[in-house]
Amino acid sequence: MNIFKIFQDIETIDPEMYDRLNSRRGLFKKASNLGLKLSAAAVPFILGGVLNEARGENKDAITDTLNFALTLEYLESEFYNLSVTNGTTAKGNNKTTFDQIAKHEMDHVTLLKSVLKSSAVSKPTFDFTAKGKFNPTDYPTFLVLSQAFEDTGVRAYKGQAPNLLGTDTLTVALQIHSVEARHAAMVRKIRMQSSWITGNNSSDAANPIIGSSYAGEDNITQAGINVTTLGYSAAVATEAFDEYLTKDQVLAIAGQFIV
Amino acid sequence: MLNFLTIINLKIMIKTLVPDVVEETTGNENKMLSPIKRGTFLKYLGASAAFTALTLAGCKKSDDPTPGSVTFTSDDFGVLNYAYALEQLEAAFYIQVVATPYSGIPATELTLLTSIRDHEKLHRDFFKNAITALKGTPIMDLTPDFSSIDFTSRASVLGAAKAFEDLGVSAYNGAGHGIKTADYLVLAGKIVSVEARHAAAIRDLMNPNSADFAGDDVVDATSGLDGAKNPVAVLAIAQKYVKNKFDSSGLSFIK
Repeated sequence: MNIFKIFQDIETIDPEMYDRLNSRRGLFKKASNLGLKLSAAAVPFILGGVLNEARGENKDAITDTLNFALTLEYLESEFYNLSVTNGTTAKGNNKTTFDQIAKHEMDHVTLLKSVLKSSAVSKPTFDFTAKGKFNPTDYPTFLVLSQAFEDTGVRAYKGQAPNLLGTDTLTVALQIHSVEARHAAMVRKIRMQSSWITGNNSSDAANPIIGSSYAGEDNITQAGINVTTLGYSAAVATEAFDEYLTKDQVLAIAGQFIV
Repeated sequence: MLNFLTIINLKIMIKTLVPDVVEETTGNENKMLSPIKRGTFLKYLGASAAFTALTLAGCKKSDDPTPGSVTFTSDDFGVLNYAYALEQLEAAFYIQVVATPYSGIPATELTLLTSIRDHEKLHRDFFKNAITALKGTPIMDLTPDFSSIDFTSRASVLGAAKAFEDLGVSAYNGAGHGIKTADYLVLAGKIVSVEARHAAAIRDLMNPNSADFAGDDVVDATSGLDGAKNPVAVLAIAQKYVKNKFDSSGLSFIK
């Protein structure tokens, strides 16, 4: 991310920015010393400034995309926090794993809220039983829900990337997206599946929680090329690429847990 | 392989080293075709073996001491070729890992590493084909340098795998905003999450059931963000594993 370009852009629109941020001068100086790699902790502050001063035509699209992301992060964060508090995550032998996941999801909520500021949507009310259909305190059920949220989260971020084309917000979205993929890989392993998705994840096809999360993952055509013709099985072809979901497709899955 | 020139070299060598042998022959015009004493011939054959080995070795293209340098165009093709370069590296690494697995490798680990190998090979071949189909020019086949990796050691191999995967994730994350065509961003997006799955799987192999799959060493504990490095930084790190010289200046526009 080019911090200096951002500053130039902001200063053009809001020359008073540097004065308002007087106490943060040390931060800017530090950013220049860091050169190209910006301290991740400083990102929300920088991006918050960017979003508020973004040009009109981009701002709404970026805001909507980030609020969609925030909604999903609220869902994940609430799910894990509840599961930690009510002792569910301690039922297996993977508590350390889920503590780490819970920490990240909370971080993501904090990050996105600090970027969106007053434009942030408030946290919805969640029902992880989906109106009594599931029992999230049952450990195997908890694991399925977790895998559904993580794998669907990956597909959700992926689907939103084009909305952020060429922006620094995209970088942050990608940096969250790959963390969700790490989560998904780990939860899948705990459920005795491979960390990557083969075909439509057939072992879960009949599962009411997760069955629809893998629609389209059996795709073998990339950029118009049937990649099996390059000498690979359909299994490898589907594993090597993760497919996106549209916002509507994601909300159809996540929506059952939002009151 | 014993080619015509090598045989000539051998004969000249023998003739130079063993003139006494030649004199033992008859007055035949073509002295090199005359039989020589077997014992003498064999004695001097050893001396010429080294010369022969050098001559034979010089035939191989892969022993070219200066593989070409790699440049990247300052456009989407440059970014696609950048991804292609990194996938070439990963593919070559895992091909080696599976071809010469570390001592005592369990079947489950070999299966996992074989899957990763196949994914990386497919990524590599996909980029080469896609760039060509899009009327771009793929970069050359790279010559890897894995001399710093001990392929007999699980720790060394998994450590290197972890490094490559984490680097790949941060490379895609850092290059994304430099892509101008939405379709290419989608492609990169489809691949980076698979690299992140690889990274998590490898890290869990190294320290099972811990937080290491997405440890604080790679995912910032405050922001929950994974790494993102720009192409110049990534290629500087990757250079260690490739004999071709990377010239990353074409991608310096991606900050």
